[in-house]
Amino acid sequence: MDLLPRIPINRWTDIGIEYLQIKWGGGFDSLSEFLKGFIISLQDLLIFIPPALMILILALLAWRFINKKAALFGIIGLYLIYNVGLWGATMQTLAMVISSVVLCIILGIPLGILAAKSDTAHQIITPILDFMQTLPAFVYLLPAVTFFGLGVVPAAIATLIFAMPPVIRLTDLGIKQVPEELVELGHSFGSTFHQMLFKIELPLARPTIMAGINQCIMLSLSMVVISAMIGAKGLGGEVWRAIQRMEIGNGFEAGLAIVVIAILLDRITQSFGKNED
Amino acid sequence: MPKIQVNNLSKIYGSSPEKAIEMMENGYSNDAIRKQTKNVVGIKNVSFSIEEGENFVIMGLSGSGKSTLLRCMNGLNKPTKGTIIIDGQDISSVSKQELREIRRTKMSMVFQRFALLPHRNVRDNVAYGLEVQGMTWELRKEKAMQSLELVGLEAWSEYYPENLSGGMQQRVGIARALATDPDILLMDEPFSALDPLIRQEMQDELIELQKKLRKTILFITHDLDEALKIGDRIAIMKDGEISQMGSPEDILMSPATDYVARFVESVDRSKALTASSVMIKPRSVIYPKDGPMVALRIMERYGMSGLFVTDRDGAYIGYILAEDASKMAKQGERLLDPGIRKEAPVVAPDTPLAEILEVMAYTRIPIAVVDEQQKLKGVLVRGSVIAGLAGERREHDGFTA
Ligand SMILES: Nc1ncnc2c1ncn2[C@@H]1O[C@H](COP(=O)(O)OP(=O)(O)OP(=O)(O)O)[C@@H](O)[C@H]1O
Ligand SMILES: [Mg+2]
Repeated sequence: MDLLPRIPINRWTDIGIEYLQIKWGGGFDSLSEFLKGFIISLQDLLIFIPPALMILILALLAWRFINKKAALFGIIGLYLIYNVGLWGATMQTLAMVISSVVLCIILGIPLGILAAKSDTAHQIITPILDFMQTLPAFVYLLPAVTFFGLGVVPAAIATLIFAMPPVIRLTDLGIKQVPEELVELGHSFGSTFHQMLFKIELPLARPTIMAGINQCIMLSLSMVVISAMIGAKGLGGEVWRAIQRMEIGNGFEAGLAIVVIAILLDRITQSFGKNED
Repeated sequence: MPKIQVNNLSKIYGSSPEKAIEMMENGYSNDAIRKQTKNVVGIKNVSFSIEEGENFVIMGLSGSGKSTLLRCMNGLNKPTKGTIIIDGQDISSVSKQELREIRRTKMSMVFQRFALLPHRNVRDNVAYGLEVQGMTWELRKEKAMQSLELVGLEAWSEYYPENLSGGMQQRVGIARALATDPDILLMDEPFSALDPLIRQEMQDELIELQKKLRKTILFITHDLDEALKIGDRIAIMKDGEISQMGSPEDILMSPATDYVARFVESVDRSKALTASSVMIKPRSVIYPKDGPMVALRIMERYGMSGLFVTDRDGAYIGYILAEDASKMAKQGERLLDPGIRKEAPVVAPDTPLAEILEVMAYTRIPIAVVDEQQKLKGVLVRGSVIAGLAGERREHDGFTA
């Protein structure tokens, strides 16, 4: 069995990470500062809005894009969160999820377009995505901490890695699914690359892309407890603390709050995927 | 100069077209080429030209290369060999930018399955080509509405394609193609996806539109009836080659190959053939200044029971029956005029056989074929009409009523 000496993947990884840290440390620091600023401001804004107003806004959104039942669910669920004193934690979580999802969209959609348009890009991106999705999240928590320290930024980065693949994949798929005849229509009228993308491909791929964003949001929410282990606060932090102290009731409350947020975000983003009437 | 001139055009699908072209030129069959090189012959050494304002129809069975040929015209397919000259410019060698400009302004395409964008309403679908040109919103809205008026759908401009029937969707497709005011329309089986009745309606509408617009149309169909109805000229394709090209009458009356003949057998001739293709030359005519005696003598000589009357310039006047002429002769009339039947049936040269058969059912007098200048061009007798229906052409026939 021991024909070959042990291949030191672990050493190589350590050396690689160390090298990156020395070489790009400054870059990571400023990126970290920027992200932190963004997430904290968003968090402050969400907390600044009075809970009653926030509940009203979310309920109206649910009513406009889904239906009355969803709006009612929103009011009850959110009030419950407020009532049990988890409002602040919920807004922290929301801020982090929104930040990661926005990043996923900003990075993921262009990458998806690239993968759809270039076979080479597709062949490079696909295995990386498989890797990102199957590697256990705990494994890249550590490097995230190495580069970005503890707190909300490494949590957002880890979430990004975990939640971005569906955005890329489904953007790629959505564009490839555009019927051949409609692509030909675009060409036959002399569309440029841009016109083709923005007037034909992206509008037609929208439902698929929205499904990707929906999955991205759900995956981000599923990361909140893991994120809490590296110092992100919010609902994940509440759950993590409850676990450590064996406070089953408190843990359940925080878990329930995550479920309420998840259902609301899920329904709202799903409705964006359907064609508006 | 023709509007479109296609010279020795070939298109090979696959990775080693040079090899396939070489085999093709050495006379190997498409099957042999496919087996040896894994390449598919799309079209094979096709040449033809289309005049400005002509309706040129390409027909053939599935896989015969019709779409491949049409898509070479606007560069959706890149020809492997040969040239396509449009308005003196070789399409296969222009730059990307030039090709885009040509697609924007010179030609547009109408698709078999309509290809409407589901996220745009009818007006914005029609405006697509204008939008791509960079036209302002007001202007393209106005032009799109004008184009919709041409196809009678201005009331539907705010609807989405899914709310329209197939026929209406294709009208939108045609309006979209016309909106950029191109010289050339490329229509790939535009009516194949429609019900037969709607299809005929759309064919009629296209013919009406074309009378107004006089575009150069390249129209693909696998339906010979449709080809005969729409085409000024028809090219029949088989295995990537043109097996016959000619006017609808040429194709019907003298199919060049068995392949064409088999197509022709299936056609409803009564709709496809017109008076001019089955009429015969009148053996003799008589002039009004001639008397009844002269008329009787001519009828006797040719064994006919009546005669057409024309003036010296060949303009049609009427018909005289033998019995009337002999009555007049007995009464000592010197001029034919009072006996001429001026209400006898006449038809135009482009009247379809189906209508002629109806007229024929109600008269025993031969039917005169008269053009717009009132000239007598020929006559229709039962024998020649039936021969035409049966697929034979007769130049002269017994002229008996
Ligand atoms: N993209 C392609 N790749 C490979 N072969 C193709 C491609 N497009 C067409 N062919 C082949 O080229 C030949 C001609 O096809 P084409 O689509 O031009 O036929 P068609 O006459 O338009 O048929 P249909 O009536 O079914 O539309 C067929 O053998 C077809 O299989
Ligand atoms: Mg075709």
